Amino acid sequence: MKKVQFKSSYSQYLFLAPQLGILLIFLYWPIIQTFRDAFTMQDAFGFGTQFVWFDNFLFIFDDPAYWIAFKFTIIYSFVITLITASIGLLLAVQANNVIHGKSAYKTLLIWPYAIAPAVVGVMANYFFSERFGLLYHLFNNLWGFNWYESVFDSYIYLIIAGSWKQISANFIFFLAGLQAIQRSVIEASMIDCKNSVRRFWTITFPLLMPTTFFLIIINITYAFFDTFGIIDTTTIGAPSGETRTLVYKAYMDGFRGLDLGSAGAQSIMMMFIVLFITIFQFRYIEGRIHYN
Amino acid sequence: MTRLITSGFSHFILFIGILIMIVPVWMIFASSTHTGLTINTHGLQMFLGDSFYENYMRVLLYKGGFFKEITALKMFLNSFIMATGVAILSVITSLMAAYALVYYRTKYATLLFWIIFVTILVPLELRIFPTYSVMAELNLVNSYFGLIVPISASAIATLFFRQFYKTVPDELLESAKLDGANTWRFFIDFLVPLSKTMIVAMLIFMFVFGYNQYLWPLLVTSSEQYWTVVMGLKMMSGSIVHRFAFVMMSMVPPILIIIVLQKHFIKGVFQDK
Repeated sequence: MKKVQFKSSYSQYLFLAPQLGILLIFLYWPIIQTFRDAFTMQDAFGFGTQFVWFDNFLFIFDDPAYWIAFKFTIIYSFVITLITASIGLLLAVQANNVIHGKSAYKTLLIWPYAIAPAVVGVMANYFFSERFGLLYHLFNNLWGFNWYESVFDSYIYLIIAGSWKQISANFIFFLAGLQAIQRSVIEASMIDCKNSVRRFWTITFPLLMPTTFFLIIINITYAFFDTFGIIDTTTIGAPSGETRTLVYKAYMDGFRGLDLGSAGAQSIMMMFIVLFITIFQFRYIEGRIHYN
Repeated sequence: MTRLITSGFSHFILFIGILIMIVPVWMIFASSTHTGLTINTHGLQMFLGDSFYENYMRVLLYKGGFFKEITALKMFLNSFIMATGVAILSVITSLMAAYALVYYRTKYATLLFWIIFVTILVPLELRIFPTYSVMAELNLVNSYFGLIVPISASAIATLFFRQFYKTVPDELLESAKLDGANTWRFFIDFLVPLSKTMIVAMLIFMFVFGYNQYLWPLLVTSSEQYWTVVMGLKMMSGSIVHRFAFVMMSMVPPILIIIVLQKHFIKGVFQDK
């Protein structure tokens, strides 16, 4: 913290007021309502609501569709994190390796970051359409790919669509991480270890740990929340609800089914999952990594 | 010699990476310059056709048949208003809030910090229906205000500004105090100019974030007059080549901004000197 500061006065709250005001009205108020929704149930005709304790939660735990979405969300975020982080790291290491054209490579690989997930989804649609989709026909010839019917194939479809743009973000952060490693450390390690592959895994990679864990969180958040636009423009949950993330399912239950109690309970479950991952990251992982 | 081989290998891998990024977008672009008939009979195209002008003009300006009440041009305008609004509002509020958190001594410091930062854990997707009903109660559905403000309720930029302020040497405030600067003068005359790089980076970040919103505009705009480009993708109808053209145009503004301003963006986010 700063040693020199202003004394607390009304002016401090003037500086805080705009952000706090927006957060209170458009974030805290809705969150309180989410909790209210989660613990109440509307009667069939929408005339009144009733406090039902944990009924909405018990109901979603009993619902096989919830666990299908749960399973998909876990698999999806795991695979996306793995694919985008490995390809991003591979590209960043190569870009850090070349002497000429480093900034050109940066420019050529950074732009997909800026494309909206929904736009990526619409594009992916064209490559996976039965009518003229190139990837559809390629995979179809290889193993009879048909995402309209096969759960596995629809996973493949969404994993490709979801990973494509996110490679960019991983690339940028890994490259920045690599460039932040001090020259002297690399030079010293070059004397000690001639094998460049071993040098990477024993010296460079451990030094990249802070970046790696930051990116794991970024990628999981992306797979949880940002993929909404991709799913809504590609499979819409096809074949029959197997490719809905928890967020997508909560939205559909609230919007299509008008079941706000269930949507609220699902949102709160999601908040706990995010909170758990965050705490896990701070408590168990942050302590074990080396910062340079 | 080995140096040459490994660097050749690096160029090769990077080249493949770039191909994976560029080829899909190129194919959609190339296909968007053909006629619908060509696409329907021969599939996606690798080379340019000659219907570029015709297809893009139709998408931009045609009202009635293609979209019922709104042209793509108006959607672009809406997207710009929304993205700019989100960028400016969130950057100004975050800049101020971070200042209050770092430069004031108060016993509520920890509490204020948590009230602001815990919000990062609750993205809009998790509170979307209640946020909608709040907007409905406040009569803000179908307005630019309704598009902008809930998206700006984000503390991510505050976190970045706070980290940045912490790296500013204490001597700056000491000498400013000696010069007789009060809290407002110090903020406006010293800290804001010093944060210029960070401000530009956050403006870019929040602009792209605002422009790319999909779910929220879908929910909060029932009137077509407020449709944005990204949500319009879901709503559009028409010939396949017109859809290609619309998709291509929808990604141009954020990509252009990231490419043109990438130095500032990277400098700010990674605090490169």
